[in-house]
Amino acid sequence: MAGEVLVKVEGLSKKFCKDLKTSLWYGVKDLFFRFQNDEKEGQLRPKEFWAVKDVSFELRRGECLGLIGHNGAGKSTLLKILNGLINPDEGQVTMNGRVGALIELGAGFNPILTGRENIYNNAAILGFTRKEIDDKIHEIIEFSEIEEFIDMPVQNYSSGMKVRLGFSIAAQMKPDILIIDEVLAVGDVAFRLKCLNKISKLLDSSAVIFVSHSMPQIFRIANEVLVMSSGKAICKTNDIGLGIDQYYNLVKKSKVSVSGGQNVSLLKFTGETVEASANFGETLDLSHGQDIRFKLTFQKHVDIDSLHLQIIIWNPELVPVIDIIGNGGKGYILDCSENSNPEVEVNIPNLYLNTGKHAVTIIVYSGDMMTPYLRVDNALTISVKSHFPSGSNIIFPAKWKTL
Amino acid sequence: MEQRIYRKSSKDGFFTLMRASIRDLFSSNFIALQFAKRDIKAQYRQSYLGLLWLFITPVANAAIWMVLKNSGTIAISDTGMPYPVYAFSGTLLWSILVESINAPTQSTNASRTILSKINFPKEALILSGVYKLVFNSSVKILLLFVLVFVLGVGFNWSLLMFPIAVLGLVLFGTAIGLFLTPLGLLYNDISRLVSMGLSLLMYLTPVVYGIPKSGIMRVMMVYNPFTPLLTTLRALLVGQHPPFLEYFLILIFIGGILLLFSLTIYRLAIPIIVERISA
Repeated sequence: MAGEVLVKVEGLSKKFCKDLKTSLWYGVKDLFFRFQNDEKEGQLRPKEFWAVKDVSFELRRGECLGLIGHNGAGKSTLLKILNGLINPDEGQVTMNGRVGALIELGAGFNPILTGRENIYNNAAILGFTRKEIDDKIHEIIEFSEIEEFIDMPVQNYSSGMKVRLGFSIAAQMKPDILIIDEVLAVGDVAFRLKCLNKISKLLDSSAVIFVSHSMPQIFRIANEVLVMSSGKAICKTNDIGLGIDQYYNLVKKSKVSVSGGQNVSLLKFTGETVEASANFGETLDLSHGQDIRFKLTFQKHVDIDSLHLQIIIWNPELVPVIDIIGNGGKGYILDCSENSNPEVEVNIPNLYLNTGKHAVTIIVYSGDMMTPYLRVDNALTISVKSHFPSGSNIIFPAKWKTL
Repeated sequence: MEQRIYRKSSKDGFFTLMRASIRDLFSSNFIALQFAKRDIKAQYRQSYLGLLWLFITPVANAAIWMVLKNSGTIAISDTGMPYPVYAFSGTLLWSILVESINAPTQSTNASRTILSKINFPKEALILSGVYKLVFNSSVKILLLFVLVFVLGVGFNWSLLMFPIAVLGLVLFGTAIGLFLTPLGLLYNDISRLVSMGLSLLMYLTPVVYGIPKSGIMRVMMVYNPFTPLLTTLRALLVGQHPPFLEYFLILIFIGGILLLFSLTIYRLAIPIIVERISA
């Protein structure tokens, strides 16, 4: 069974209209004049744009395609076409087998009815027969872990509880093709983990299309990525790391942002590796594991004895990964009683960061940490290249020994 | 293994679509039942008067006309049966018809959220509308039967035909409503026009008064397609000979064809509408 092509997408395009009134009118035209097909393929009518343009791929059983791209890149539109909710304007989709979609969990729950009653409704919409539901209802309730409240109206459920119930129903499907759109962004950590495990179990027996903005999740689940931008598939690769790098490259470089600075300002900032160097606001290339040296020059505007310095490195998803401090459990204390332009240098050995653009933030407090003086975000961008595919923030080569 | 192909819909023929529509209508029976149960339960769980709402409006309407007639405010010529029976049956049947015409648009509109997220046979929405109508109408029919006996019209064999004829009325109304649904979902002008049109049309239909012997009003009422629907049903109720039986049968036949046609258009329209409605 394994290995047959379950999803085949050929030259798929879809156009949308930016203006509601025009869009409604095009709808009427599409509906009633569909047999007099005078418009040429591949042409846009006024106020239209391509939401999805010329996307093709194939997916076999056991494969998982991670679909990544920024908001409005066309991911959800593509999923809606794959799920048969809307029709493409060009191209063709062939889906072999039963399709299961985890798009918005608990869509169609009636707030007045109880959880149990809603299980029957929701499962029916998802294509279960009455007998299948009767057989599975116990399992569904058990998986959701909300047995205590199952006979309570759904309107009194928290959003997390609704998602739990929704996922538990959908998880009972035995799909050949599974479509997942960002559903795992909600719910608490324990349940999210449970969901991921359930999905992993489905992976072997089905072809999965997975949309997520969480790159670690993509790393964990996908074995192929498709990067979308403005409706086009700009990169399709088995090298997950490369795909994710492409995705991060789409991000416009963030601008330097300075807050504070009345008492102390940053005069000069450079970062350098053995191979390259970059000034304030520029990008520094770094190979995985290289050392880095920052040089900072400040200017005092008032009389200050000492500064408390701290540098933070953020990963591409804006998670702070490294906090560079001094000794004694606090930031570096820069004595500047004698100097109005104090200078400082910091050496950071072996930056084992993962691939991607990392941002550097400089934070300056007064020496006693009572007063914030200055904060400079995106003072430098460090573009890291790592060759080991991983979803972790830090890839650490340690000393191993066979015993 | 089941295979589905999605492409620009204009490449499929009309009859292929119609066949698929009919197939899905049958296969969606369970979902439709589930929808109908859900809506009926939810509706009455949040209400104290519950089922009473099914006849409060038509009964109030009929009562107004009875007061108008008995107080001599208006003169209504002989209707051939006790006036309360005439007025009650008229307003109740009219309410069934109006409900049937509104049902397809309402069911579809109420399901916007799932339409744009889950792929299920959309025909289930229409079928569930019919189930809900059958439920509501059954309650109304029971009330009518009680009335017929209480007001001394008595039992007729034609009463047995009555529920079947009501089903015909429901399907006819659904066909008209379904025909208007695709456009009505895109533009809400349609539902406003329909509700205005129906309230005007009631006066051109023998709902609370009979067809006059002559004049322009007679011409309009005789040609009005809702006239045979109402008069035939009322005749079955009290055991008279239906005055427009042929017209009624032709209408039901046309209604059946319209229903199939509209169902196919509906299937075509849903993806176009889903694209344009936000959930």
